[in-house]
Amino acid sequence: MFKPLLTLFAATFFLAACETASTITEEAAGSSAGTTAETSSTASSSASSTTSSSSTASAASNADNSALEAARAEMMSIGDTVLFGYDSSQLSADAMATLDAQAALLNAKPSFRVKIEGHADERGTREYNLALGERRASATRDYLVAKGVDGSRIRIVSYGKERPAVVGSNEDAWAKNRRSVTVLN
Amino acid sequence: MMRYYQNLLVALMVVLFSSLMPASMSAQAQTLRLDITSGQVAPIPIAIADFTGPDGLPTNIGRQIAQIISDDLESSGQFKTVDGAAFIAPPDSPDIRPDFNDWIPLGVQGLLIGSAYIDDGGALQIEFVLWDVVAQRDITSGEGSTDQNGMRRLSHQIADFVYEEFTGDSAYFDTQIVYVSESGPADRRIKRLAIMDQDGHNHRFLTSGYDLVLTPRFSPKAHEIAYVNYFNDEPNVYLLDVATGRTERVGSFPGMTFSPRFSPDGDALIMSLAEDGTTDIYELDLKTQDLSQLTRSPSIDTSPSYSPDGTQLVFNSDRGGAQQLYVMNRNGKGVKRISYGEGRYATPVWSPRGDIIAFTKIVRGEFFIGVMNVDGSGERLLARGYLVEGPTWAPNGRVLMYFKQEPREADGSGGEVAMYRVDITGFNESRIITPADASDPAWSPLLR
Repeated sequence: MFKPLLTLFAATFFLAACETASTITEEAAGSSAGTTAETSSTASSSASSTTSSSSTASAASNADNSALEAARAEMMSIGDTVLFGYDSSQLSADAMATLDAQAALLNAKPSFRVKIEGHADERGTREYNLALGERRASATRDYLVAKGVDGSRIRIVSYGKERPAVVGSNEDAWAKNRRSVTVLN
Repeated sequence: MMRYYQNLLVALMVVLFSSLMPASMSAQAQTLRLDITSGQVAPIPIAIADFTGPDGLPTNIGRQIAQIISDDLESSGQFKTVDGAAFIAPPDSPDIRPDFNDWIPLGVQGLLIGSAYIDDGGALQIEFVLWDVVAQRDITSGEGSTDQNGMRRLSHQIADFVYEEFTGDSAYFDTQIVYVSESGPADRRIKRLAIMDQDGHNHRFLTSGYDLVLTPRFSPKAHEIAYVNYFNDEPNVYLLDVATGRTERVGSFPGMTFSPRFSPDGDALIMSLAEDGTTDIYELDLKTQDLSQLTRSPSIDTSPSYSPDGTQLVFNSDRGGAQQLYVMNRNGKGVKRISYGEGRYATPVWSPRGDIIAFTKIVRGEFFIGVMNVDGSGERLLARGYLVEGPTWAPNGRVLMYFKQEPREADGSGGEVAMYRVDITGFNESRIITPADASDPAWSPLLR
């Protein structure tokens, strides 16, 4: 009366599948420094790139690094960030003024490469916000290029809603997270 | 008591939703209530006996198997397991006909009896018979043997048989979930791909957390996962081989690729490509690497999903001003807007049954998970929250999983992210237990 209905399967699949949660937590904590350095904007990534390149240091690269540090400091005093309205990539008058000053700095220091990050607030879906961040970064790049910055120096990266500048689920935080950030490297 | 509680829950949901909606939609909220009432309020009572050994006594592994099957069936909301075996001795062996006079008074419709023991060679031997207590006949039976590591999976497969026999729906317990495990502060979140059985067991991580990863999706054979990986700080679609852990980037295109999904036959990948502020939808033939552009508009066209027959696509676009859902033929022709309700619509996912589409809806500062017919009619909202997003279908099209993020305070507290599942009637919403915060779930096809 028995019908052989069950599907048999390879047990090896399960052998590979065992890993404990506690091990994982430690790994995650250990890798946080790397992730931070890789993906956050100005301050922390500048620190890590200084460290890594000075370990293979020549006098020349130290000079380059201090020039980069100086340019980054200048970028910070101008303002590396411009803000956008909800679901918008329109540049405001304030944003254009900031980008005018950024363009002047970039044109005065043509040897540095530029990364423009596009970000969104958390009030949208993940994939749409990736596209929105790309749109904001592109709008920022297009403006800088129109102001004479060589487009081949510029790389854009969208982080969508993955890397907020300000933590919090409120209007003020959302407004500050709808942004593009110009990073020198 | 159970029935009373569920009806109360339904009534509450109707009040919540109807207060949000324009008058024209309250009829649909009514439909939701009717659907739940007529559908699944009364779960099917069933008894699962502990599986026995050659001596006719329950074995340790037999108790575990019975528990896994019970948990699966209960989790669906469509079964209530009755612990009759606590006071009625089930037959010593699955090939002995049970005395139905013992079981009928319990009101159970089904009785599952089985044997499970480790043989001299160390293999797990399983037999089972599912009895219809009302008709007093055997419905289905089976046997199998496996390495002991296969115990959970074999149990899920037996639960699938029971589910199919009593609901008439295809099953979904022998499946996996791939998702994004989250840890760390909100502004430096660490995200890792993780995979587990649908009941949360056999959890393991697939990526280290060094690179940011998003939106994993299973191939139709569950052997591969397409996802977004920020390798070298450049977001692009990658494929991951589940068995070997090997990853490879999908093609090399200008701009950023994201939002991947496999075609139903697994031979193609649909995804978005963003360049110069415009996001369009492309299909990549995985065999020839040919890339076809399907949308050409200055808007954001993303989150595409195939119809189960592979002839159509649904996606969201802001071409009309704000995000709405559109359907088009697989060749990109015949684009038609389908969402016309209040608010924005996003992340459409075609049901494996083909008849409805699940989505995320954003209206008046709140997020919802809902379903609508393929032509946009019959919208029903199933879940709500500060942020709920990203529905994924169980392979039988009966259950949805999604994630929910709680609001976060300025000091960084709050903000928990967890996955939930809900029956498509809006009934039986329950949280999925994971080792850490969890988002972006994707349900595998049936593994068998």
